[in-house]
Amino acid sequence: MRRNRRDNYLIMGLMTLIALFFLLPFMWIVLTSLKPEAEVFSRALLSVTLHLDNYIKLFDKIPFLLYLRNSVFITLLSVIGVTLSSSLVGYAFGCMSWRGRDFLFYCVIATMMLPMQVTMIPVFVIFKELGWLNSFKPLTVPMFLGGGAFNIFLMRQFFMTVPSTLLDAARIDGCSEWSIYWKIVLPLAKPALATVAILTFMFTWNDFLGPLIYLSDKAKGTLALGLGQLAGQQQPEWAILMAASVLMMLPVIVLFFLFQKYFIQGFTMSGIKE
Amino acid sequence: MKRAVKNTLRGYLFASPWIAGFVVLGLYPVVMSLYYSLCQYDVLRIPQFVGLRNYRELLFQDHYFYTAVWNTLFYTFIRSPLVIAGSLILALIVSKAVRGVKFFRTIYFIPSIISGVILSVLWLWLLNPEYGFINSALQFFGLPGPLWLIDPHWSKPAIILMSVWSLGGGRMLVFLAAIQNVPAHYYEAVEMDGGGWWAKFRNVTLPFISPVLFLWFILEVIFSLQVFVEAYVMTKGGPLNSTLFYNLYLYNKAFDDFDMGYASALAWLLFIIAGIITFIQFRVSNKWVYYSGGAEK
Repeated sequence: MRRNRRDNYLIMGLMTLIALFFLLPFMWIVLTSLKPEAEVFSRALLSVTLHLDNYIKLFDKIPFLLYLRNSVFITLLSVIGVTLSSSLVGYAFGCMSWRGRDFLFYCVIATMMLPMQVTMIPVFVIFKELGWLNSFKPLTVPMFLGGGAFNIFLMRQFFMTVPSTLLDAARIDGCSEWSIYWKIVLPLAKPALATVAILTFMFTWNDFLGPLIYLSDKAKGTLALGLGQLAGQQQPEWAILMAASVLMMLPVIVLFFLFQKYFIQGFTMSGIKE
Repeated sequence: MKRAVKNTLRGYLFASPWIAGFVVLGLYPVVMSLYYSLCQYDVLRIPQFVGLRNYRELLFQDHYFYTAVWNTLFYTFIRSPLVIAGSLILALIVSKAVRGVKFFRTIYFIPSIISGVILSVLWLWLLNPEYGFINSALQFFGLPGPLWLIDPHWSKPAIILMSVWSLGGGRMLVFLAAIQNVPAHYYEAVEMDGGGWWAKFRNVTLPFISPVLFLWFILEVIFSLQVFVEAYVMTKGGPLNSTLFYNLYLYNKAFDDFDMGYASALAWLLFIIAGIITFIQFRVSNKWVYYSGGAEK
């Protein structure tokens, strides 16, 4: 018994040490963002006075509000597009029976194996021919076209768990396929929709390569692009840079604490990043 | 009969957003990419067919190509086992039913929600050799800190350290779920035989979670081969091309030099490299992956 207790304390101690490894970097960053630029290059942990100057100066360095607006616009449209279209397509694969369904579903799976680098260049050429460069269309319109193989797969797996007797009963009652999808199945699918929405939010909010390729016009930039730009300067102003990072992290962290369950679900299923 | 036709039409109608996307942004681009890889193409002029010239140049003349392959394979083969071993150890620790363990799991997971540019910018500062967190911490323990991103020998390990920090907690939850699925009576059997924690881990936990480990080895390798943003934001491929990763090189070729044919050839070679590694992993897997359903061999 006593040995057990000692082991528990050991484990608690170990867990605390590991927690420091994960958390201290965040503290360091927040502290840096609250220091006057002159004190960044000193080892003192805290400045004598905490000051928010960096968060204000930031607005002179990059058009923060403009970037924020662009990011929010793209992210919002993407989340709407992906949840709508992946659930619609997922419904077709999970709840309806039709000829060619299984073959097309294998095609969905197959596209997951293909690295995006292979299609990236021709897709760029297509959008260029359409005259869509420097607009948000290349980043948002594709989101309405199924929303990506993984999300379709996820929605379909969820829809498969809806009892088919429920669907058949609705069909016999004369419900149209659309209203079964919209009024019966979709309300049931809230957990899956939330997971897909969060995955999409994380992807578009952080997306760097997409805006980098399609939005060379400064006025069209996103926060991710602006942050990268700010970091790419010869002599980065660390305090301001950290303030910008904290601001950009904030919505992610707030969402995480509100919707922890779906974050974890999304992560354990996909690995979110990359 | 008529009903079936109607059903099928309806199915295609519901799936039509994906079908349109698949044809326009999937099938057609794959074909075009293959074609471009056989062309000289700068987007402004019509593609000029050159046969296998891009591939020949890549394989026999371009030493940057081999630098990029080496950097990427180094990154992949060091990072993947480290992330998996690290998160497995974390999962074992937090699988113990001690007080507050749920709280610690949440803490460990938090870095996993940070990715891409933000992660890179944060670590650019944390890894600052003189005033960053990492070297300050090392100094606190009296250890000398390397120059990290400025030193060609340490630049890749620096980025690997960052990914272990940012991925460990997320993968931990994956493995934790697997560990919690192991039936408890197997552990009891080991205890009766007088086995300790190592025997339990080696003979029960590991075999049971090996399918999950295998899946994540596959995914981890595929993810690692894609490394791009970190290098683009933190190092631009330097110092001395030590972080010139494959996709960064591809990006430079495509969108700095507008050498789209060459970049397309690069993309296909990456696809082949990823395919070969995955194939080998599958071949080796029956030596160590155990399926409790009895479907092994």
